[in-house]
Amino acid sequence: MVDKGLTLKGLTIKDLTMRTSAHLRIGDQPWVKWSLITLALSLVTLLLLVPLFAIFAQAFSGGLESYIANVTDRFTLHAIGLTLFVAALTVPINLVFGVFLAWLVTRFEFPGRKLLITLIDIPFAVSPVVAGLLYLLLYGSNGWIGSRLMDHDIQLMFSWPGILMVTVFVTCPFVARELIPLMQQQGKEEEEAGVTLGASGWQLFRRITLPNIQWALIYGVVLTNARAVGEFGAVSVVSGNIRGETNTLPLHVELLYQDYNVVGAFASSSLLAGIALLTLFVKSFVEWRQARQRQALNEEEI
Amino acid sequence: MKTLKKAKTLVAAIVLGLGVSQVQASDQSLLNSSYDIARELFASYNEHFAQYWQEKTGQTVEVRQSHGGSSRQAQAIIEGLRADVVTFNQVTDIDILHQRGKLVPADWRDQLPNASSPYYSTMAYLVREGNPKNIQNWDDLAREDVSSVFPNPKTSGNGRYTYLAAYGYAQQAFPEDQEAIDSFVRTFLNRVAVFDTGGRGATTTFVERGIGDVLITFESEVNNILAEFPDQNFEVVVPKVSFLAEFPVAVVERHAQRNGNLELARAYLEELYSEEAQRLLAGFNYRVHNEIVQQEFSEQFPEVELLTIEQIAGSWDSAMEVHFASGGKLDQLQRR
Repeated sequence: MVDKGLTLKGLTIKDLTMRTSAHLRIGDQPWVKWSLITLALSLVTLLLLVPLFAIFAQAFSGGLESYIANVTDRFTLHAIGLTLFVAALTVPINLVFGVFLAWLVTRFEFPGRKLLITLIDIPFAVSPVVAGLLYLLLYGSNGWIGSRLMDHDIQLMFSWPGILMVTVFVTCPFVARELIPLMQQQGKEEEEAGVTLGASGWQLFRRITLPNIQWALIYGVVLTNARAVGEFGAVSVVSGNIRGETNTLPLHVELLYQDYNVVGAFASSSLLAGIALLTLFVKSFVEWRQARQRQALNEEEI
Repeated sequence: MKTLKKAKTLVAAIVLGLGVSQVQASDQSLLNSSYDIARELFASYNEHFAQYWQEKTGQTVEVRQSHGGSSRQAQAIIEGLRADVVTFNQVTDIDILHQRGKLVPADWRDQLPNASSPYYSTMAYLVREGNPKNIQNWDDLAREDVSSVFPNPKTSGNGRYTYLAAYGYAQQAFPEDQEAIDSFVRTFLNRVAVFDTGGRGATTTFVERGIGDVLITFESEVNNILAEFPDQNFEVVVPKVSFLAEFPVAVVERHAQRNGNLELARAYLEELYSEEAQRLLAGFNYRVHNEIVQQEFSEQFPEVELLTIEQIAGSWDSAMEVHFASGGKLDQLQRR
């Protein structure tokens, strides 16, 4: 057994020396490296930068004045307000939900825990349009729940509560998905220590859990917010497209485009693109903070 | 302290959002569910109607608009979108409101003049500068050197109208000769360069991608496209025979009653037939029934023989069954 192991080891070392002397890895030759870099950069330019630039170019193609006129149009302003309103409600709902869920599956053992972790991803797996239709079939006036609500004159679909419901559904995994791996990695020792010292549940969360997860939490919130603002498919099904009432910004963009108001459509798109860029900026910043935190943790361990 | 401040900001944002999503305060409010390209038309008509209604009753009214593909709009109303009136571009989409939910009465077409269609349009051609292929009528579209663009009749009402117009032309050109009719329509369908799913897509194909010699769409749309791309110098050709594209309207009685809007909703649709409103509609390139307005706009709307769905296929129901159902005439003729 020992002999065999040695032979194997010898072979590997020999193999390795052969490789380093005779074969260069892909990308070691300068021309391969540079052509790959050029390819990647041109793809990024063509697929990402040019369209992004085109949005702003189109938005301002009628001049600054027409841009401002389009953005301050009554219906555009309302669409902005509604979109931000829905996002402002979605984020705290999913923040609480995500933390609760992550806490549940990483701090407790119970039957069905693994299944629950899988179920969290359903909104990612299901197409948003299907999600919208699902809610419509349940809560629409012919739906199982909707018809009962209708008897009490409560309307959820084709009004902002319906838009909020599908947005919460579509964005609910983001926070939990960010927290679960981190909380699993960190373990529950610190919290257990807190319990032995007599901390209450709230103190545990406030003093131990929250500081540990804060950056992952913010990251989850940023992603939730980005998706909530940009969601089109699910919202489009349950919105009813009432101008100045249930039209969110992404729906408004489509509507303007259908109307042959290309400049207006791109002016509204530029707002969405602006939110996206801001989100990316916050996201990079949070990632940077997270990396620093991890580094600090590692140094402590050493 | 910091958390408190954050919470305050959040509350402020929510209050702001709610404030914005509140409907403007008016005495009455009406919801009109309409097809997707009618926004400016109804924005303008709603202004007219609000003024008319205030003069008549002293009450202010705000008409809210919902726009989308008209089949989808009908579906939303069936699922509970509480529209008081519908102003659609397809008769079948109002029929379905009766069939699937008894939301409109069975005889909705008899409730208002002209089969409840206050305005109408027809299928017209948009050709490239100078009409280089000299396209004048449907038979030119079956010529070998001509390629046309219009939306897929399977997915688009607009495309269906074009198909029916060509079919109706063939019925006239080859009376009682089903084989010749089929063969003409087959050739016509073969000359299509691209079948887009909707009218907007077909416009993009023709204008921006430069494909095809002729774009076939509503006469009202053709003029919008002209206005949007003035530098391309497109020309409009109205064929001698075409299809009567109705724009039907109806009160969604079940919903209007529930919303307490029945009287207002009826008045909203009836006013569409007034001379002033008809003039406004003609200004948006729709043909109207009012004779005085017709006179005024006679130059803009060349004479055309309009074929009705009854003449071509008997009724919309039978047209859908015979022509557009799976395996129907359209499918057979499209097989190359």
